[in-house]
Amino acid sequence: MAHPTRRWRGVTPWLFLLAPLVLLITFTYAPIVNMVAYSFTDWDGVSPGLHYTGAENYAELFTRSELFEVFFVSGYYLAASVVQIAAALYFATVLSFNVRFRNFFKGVLFFPYLINGVAIGFVFLYFFQDGGTLDAILGLVGYDGDRAWLGTPISANVSLAGVSVWRYMGLNFVLFLGAIQSIPGELYEAAEIDGANRWQQFRHIIAPGIRPVLSLSVILSVSGSLSVFEIPYIMTGGATGTETFVIQTVKLAFQFNKTGLASAAAVVLLLIILAVTWVQRRLVPDDKVDLV
Amino acid sequence: MNRRTVLALAVGAAMLASGCTGTGGTSKGADAEAPDDPAKVGGTITVLTHRTDLVQDGTMKKYAAEFNKTYPKVKVEFEGLTDYEGEVKIRMNTENYGDVLMIPAVIEKKDYPKFFASLGTRAERSKKYRFTDYSTVQGKVYGQSPIGVVPGFVYNKKVWSAAGITDWPTTPAEFLDDLKAIKSKSEAVPYYTNFKDMWPLTQWTNVNGSVGCDTGATTRLAEGNPWADGADLRVADTLLHDIVKSDLIEKDPTTTNWEASKPRLAKGEIATMWLGSWAIVQMQAAAKQAGTDPADIGFMPFPAQKNGTFCAVTSPDYQQAVNVNSDHKAAARAWIDWFTDKSGYAGANLALSPLKDAPLPDVLKPYEEAGVKLLDIDDTKGAEVKSLDNQSEVGIYKPDYRQDLVDLARGARKGSLDDFLAGLGDKWTEAQRNLGS
Repeated sequence: MAHPTRRWRGVTPWLFLLAPLVLLITFTYAPIVNMVAYSFTDWDGVSPGLHYTGAENYAELFTRSELFEVFFVSGYYLAASVVQIAAALYFATVLSFNVRFRNFFKGVLFFPYLINGVAIGFVFLYFFQDGGTLDAILGLVGYDGDRAWLGTPISANVSLAGVSVWRYMGLNFVLFLGAIQSIPGELYEAAEIDGANRWQQFRHIIAPGIRPVLSLSVILSVSGSLSVFEIPYIMTGGATGTETFVIQTVKLAFQFNKTGLASAAAVVLLLIILAVTWVQRRLVPDDKVDLV
Repeated sequence: MNRRTVLALAVGAAMLASGCTGTGGTSKGADAEAPDDPAKVGGTITVLTHRTDLVQDGTMKKYAAEFNKTYPKVKVEFEGLTDYEGEVKIRMNTENYGDVLMIPAVIEKKDYPKFFASLGTRAERSKKYRFTDYSTVQGKVYGQSPIGVVPGFVYNKKVWSAAGITDWPTTPAEFLDDLKAIKSKSEAVPYYTNFKDMWPLTQWTNVNGSVGCDTGATTRLAEGNPWADGADLRVADTLLHDIVKSDLIEKDPTTTNWEASKPRLAKGEIATMWLGSWAIVQMQAAAKQAGTDPADIGFMPFPAQKNGTFCAVTSPDYQQAVNVNSDHKAAARAWIDWFTDKSGYAGANLALSPLKDAPLPDVLKPYEEAGVKLLDIDDTKGAEVKSLDNQSEVGIYKPDYRQDLVDLARGARKGSLDDFLAGLGDKWTEAQRNLGS
């Protein structure tokens, strides 16, 4: 028999946890469980009746290879995220040193991430349209490119991936900057006294110091590239070969009313992302970094 | 119990609870009968509508005031929903979806009796109203559209006549030649696709019925291949393909803009768009705003004739229905009847009246003069066509395949038109086999 005060001590943390747990379960886990349940039915998203169909949706998904072809589009975004991480790393490193106007530049680089994705979609629609901002700027520098930027699959996907880089680079940048600034200043001083130049400081102090954040960014980029949605959905609606897996899933669910099949597709996407993350963690283990 | 088990149990319980949140069944087969004495009906009814513009500018309130002259005890409230389809679809999982609502397109016909109260039998209603079979399930009618629309090309008369065209083209080939003449004789874009906004492309499906001049066109879709040689949709899609292929469209279809296209058509920068009679009002308003003559907006049928006459299909807009769970079914029914018969809503929208004996609206006078035959299509197989459409994922009521078609025609997608249409036909007929029809 435990002492009464000790028993209360055991309950207190759970009381504190109650609110977040209820929210987490209601808004995160319960919908996921519902979705998994729907994936085994033929529900159309609105009809009062639904039937259990077993693994039929999954069988259909895996026998229709064209449903997975859309993952080629993710390749564009994957390539773009390499550019994005490299650029973010570059800017974070440069701005971690004493540069003039560094706070201004930090603001400029982070700003796009604060804008709503839908607004970005509309802004860039005007940017890319025939005779729009991009054409006008290119015209100013004497390049009279008369082309439809969203007109062919390759051009459209590259343009959209470019928008995605513009939008998300700020997030990577801030993550990197935070990690870099948490490296103690004495290390740089010591390195400078030893005669290390900027590149050597980056190579031997910054790069190992931010490795956990770097690997997190890579995981986010890979899962982000597999589940691109907002920008292409608003700008092209998936036309002209820009359809991604998530857009396809949304169309299955809300255009063709195959909520069951779409739920199965969403479950498969979740599993793919978990698998990719797992593989990556196995390849690049997240060891404790110890600089000093 | 250690912490992990407690957590696992909590999550498990939540999963069980959520597993039970299915969709509730409802009372079925109720009737919303018209009240005998208007003075006695009472109650507050909520009308869900997609016409947010009319709710905001007070037009709906004026209708309600007018309605109250006959039915003084009924209080009508309106709820305008911008994303009507999306929001109502979700609300229909509960019982709380207004007293009167427009039937969302997503609801399957066979489910109508579960969601709506019947307005009467088809035999009785079809004597007076158009479009009854669009919402008939087992002989009972569940909805009534307050207006009807007719598809057609909206065009700028000045541009067309400046290109030397005086008569409506009667074949797709003639139509193409006319567009080419417009291209060579003016600066106007001969045909504007509205590719980016997508839904205007779905309007092309309304060609179905016009080419063969056949009231059984919907049944043909259900039973045959819509892209067989000479079938209506094949003719329509081929024309769209040829228009794009002959470079008679806007320069960059991927960034079109519907709102901006209206004044451009009014000003003669765009010559033609395939839309419907509902668009004429909007184009005329755009013309007034742009300071051009609203009379320049013309309307012509699909370029195909059967025995020397054009045919145009009439189709309903959203159909009003009574919520089966409503506590004030008589009042709701009274609203629908009044709105359909007496409100003047159809006239205000320059649309076809749902009353069979009503005269044609002014915008369709040119059709009347040219002897265009208006077809009320038999929709008994409409539900089957919709489920075929979803099952096959072709999407004749969705924009995707026509976007692909336009991409194909302008070379942004590989393949030939014949293969593309054959592919659609294959998917369609396979779905027919799977559904066992």
